[in-house]
Amino acid sequence: MEDALSWGGILVRIAAQLLPVWIALIVTFALSMQFRRRLGLYGRIFDSPVGMIGFGLVMFWVFTAIFADWIITHDPLAQLSGMKNILPGSPLKAPAEGAYPWYLLGGDHLARDVFSRMVMGAREVLKIAPAATVVAFMVGITLGLPAGYLGGKLDTTISFLSNLVLAFPVILLFYLLVTPEIRVTGIPTVLAAILFIFPVVFLTILFNSRFFTTPAKRNLYVGIVLVIGLWAYSGLAFNADPLGVWSMDPNMLNVFVSVVFVNSPGVFRIVRGMVMDIKTRDYVAAGQTRGEGPWYIMLWEILPNARGPLIVDFCLRIGYTTILLGTLGFFGLGVTPESPDWGSTINYGRRLLAIAPHPAVVPAFALMSLVLGLNLLADGLREESMKD
Amino acid sequence: MLLFVLRRIGVMILTAFALTFIVFYMTNLPPNLEKLAKSEASVRMDDAAVASWLERNGHSGPVLGRYAQWLGVAPGWTLTAEDGTVTGRCITRGTDPATAPRFCGILQGNWGYSTVFKATVADVLARSLGATGWLMVWVMIVMVPSSLLLGVLSGMREGSRTDRVLSTFAITTTATPEYVSGVILIALLASATAGISPILADWGWISGKTLFPGTATAAMDDITFWNFFLPVMTIALYGIGYIARMTRASMTEVMTQQYIRTARLKGVAFRQVVMRHALRNALIAPFTVIMLQFPWLLNGVVIVETLFNYKGFGWTLVQAAGNNDIDTLLACSVVAVFVVLVTQLISDIGYVFLNPRIRLA
Repeated sequence: MEDALSWGGILVRIAAQLLPVWIALIVTFALSMQFRRRLGLYGRIFDSPVGMIGFGLVMFWVFTAIFADWIITHDPLAQLSGMKNILPGSPLKAPAEGAYPWYLLGGDHLARDVFSRMVMGAREVLKIAPAATVVAFMVGITLGLPAGYLGGKLDTTISFLSNLVLAFPVILLFYLLVTPEIRVTGIPTVLAAILFIFPVVFLTILFNSRFFTTPAKRNLYVGIVLVIGLWAYSGLAFNADPLGVWSMDPNMLNVFVSVVFVNSPGVFRIVRGMVMDIKTRDYVAAGQTRGEGPWYIMLWEILPNARGPLIVDFCLRIGYTTILLGTLGFFGLGVTPESPDWGSTINYGRRLLAIAPHPAVVPAFALMSLVLGLNLLADGLREESMKD
Repeated sequence: MLLFVLRRIGVMILTAFALTFIVFYMTNLPPNLEKLAKSEASVRMDDAAVASWLERNGHSGPVLGRYAQWLGVAPGWTLTAEDGTVTGRCITRGTDPATAPRFCGILQGNWGYSTVFKATVADVLARSLGATGWLMVWVMIVMVPSSLLLGVLSGMREGSRTDRVLSTFAITTTATPEYVSGVILIALLASATAGISPILADWGWISGKTLFPGTATAAMDDITFWNFFLPVMTIALYGIGYIARMTRASMTEVMTQQYIRTARLKGVAFRQVVMRHALRNALIAPFTVIMLQFPWLLNGVVIVETLFNYKGFGWTLVQAAGNNDIDTLLACSVVAVFVVLVTQLISDIGYVFLNPRIRLA
């Protein structure tokens, strides 16, 4: 049996365990610094120290999620005897042959390795948060562009509906939407059917409005979008993919849909506000005079000019989605008990805070650093994009 | 102005109806009712027994009709059993059915009966809102002055070292949701094995095992600095960063205005410029933000009350939602929606009053 590690020893061993992440980070930073003048807005992140720190933190967690299988020291679900609530750096009581001899960040209430669960938790969070934010953006943009540009009854209706969702206390909405009983009624599937069609609609309109003058190209692009989009749609929303490539666990679908549902009205409001501002510009009037169609103007004249604030909001919103996912886990909604996601780990850990704080504090710091990274990145991007 | 307010109130009422109906519909979905029947009567009921239980307790019939009864615009249901006893929504057990009122919804002040707390919802709500009210008062007392001070200090000289330090602090707190900051604060200040409590206990500076208690249950009866500090700080921290950043943004914008430069060039001292000329204009935007922060606080309240086991509004909401206590949940959502909509209205009207440049037709 090995000796217990000191804090220094723990840090050194964690750093060694994270070796693939360090290598990937160094490569990313070196390449990006080298070519930053040719990389547009992305390259300009590296001009601002704040943006660089934020980007570093975000990429740290992204690479941790990618290389999680190599980083973990134990199976995140395995319960080893005698390791319950054990302190960080404790050696295994009865190490099996070839097993990693320590629990680097201690054990939780079920004697599982806190470090490995934290690393796997990064994967859980980063699997849902960015994807949910992308879908929320597609929904918000597809509804916000016509609402802001055309106005009238359409605008009034959609704005009323979005204010309705925004006036809902988020936690109440989660308690109503994310329960096993709700899944029986099929409401998540209906919501998924409505929300997941938006990316397909968005891309179809996007390519159609651009290329409808050259039918050959249009048919190719729109065809590809429709085939892949509807294929994924059938699998994700209805779990009816004939080839079985796209599918989503009903639990996860429930969580995903509710998070998108909560986020879309916010995006809608931002897009609508920006469109109302930009549509008064001269270049929009010029486009109208040229006889461009309304969808072309919205998607290819207005949207590219609104990209700066949208990218910043995208970063902030991924952070917000991460917080929402943590909230869901904290209340034990929509996750299985053994799931290593940060929110539910904090939830289980908080009950024993007085005697063993580490099972809750480790994922708490992980979640905080990821959201902080995203906020700093957004700040850096905002500063850099305002320099034009 | 009057027309604007009236129209806003009209939309507000419409929103309130729509939202309460959604909550009513969601809580009255068949699987939820089945769960309610099984938890109230017997777990081992078959489908027919469940259906007849729901029938007897007024949970059957069209949703809109039941919503109207709950609201108090339709007469409450009555049912005559085979032995001649009459039961109904408005008939309290043991009283004469003939004397019972026809309508009894929330419009008549009847909020229903809580199946979890075994008390009328009005009582439950009054008690929990009182508890949460104190929490909110202290959060506001801590949050508003400190966030405005932080924002003004960092915004008055953009790019200075003070600004950098304070902005970093503000960003960090906005990146820390309540369940994270709460856990960290407890581990740091209220844990017998970690943080500073063991050290202080070693030195003999504190008599107990921990500096602060890890729960705020004691604060239900008697609020002291010691049992209320952690929950208040946990909620306030998240808001401080956000409001401070908004104040900073508005302050930096004001500081670049022509009249500030004119005042500086006239020779007015920097202190005077900030206090007299900049501050009042810079505080218009944060006012809106603070008002719109109320719905956010509601979220924080739910998390913090669960974390610290403080039996206020948020704790009640979680208990009601977890046990499908329909009447309590509906009452909670009415309160929550009311808070959100009223603060939106106040922020809109207040904005017009504070900013003379905005005119409403």
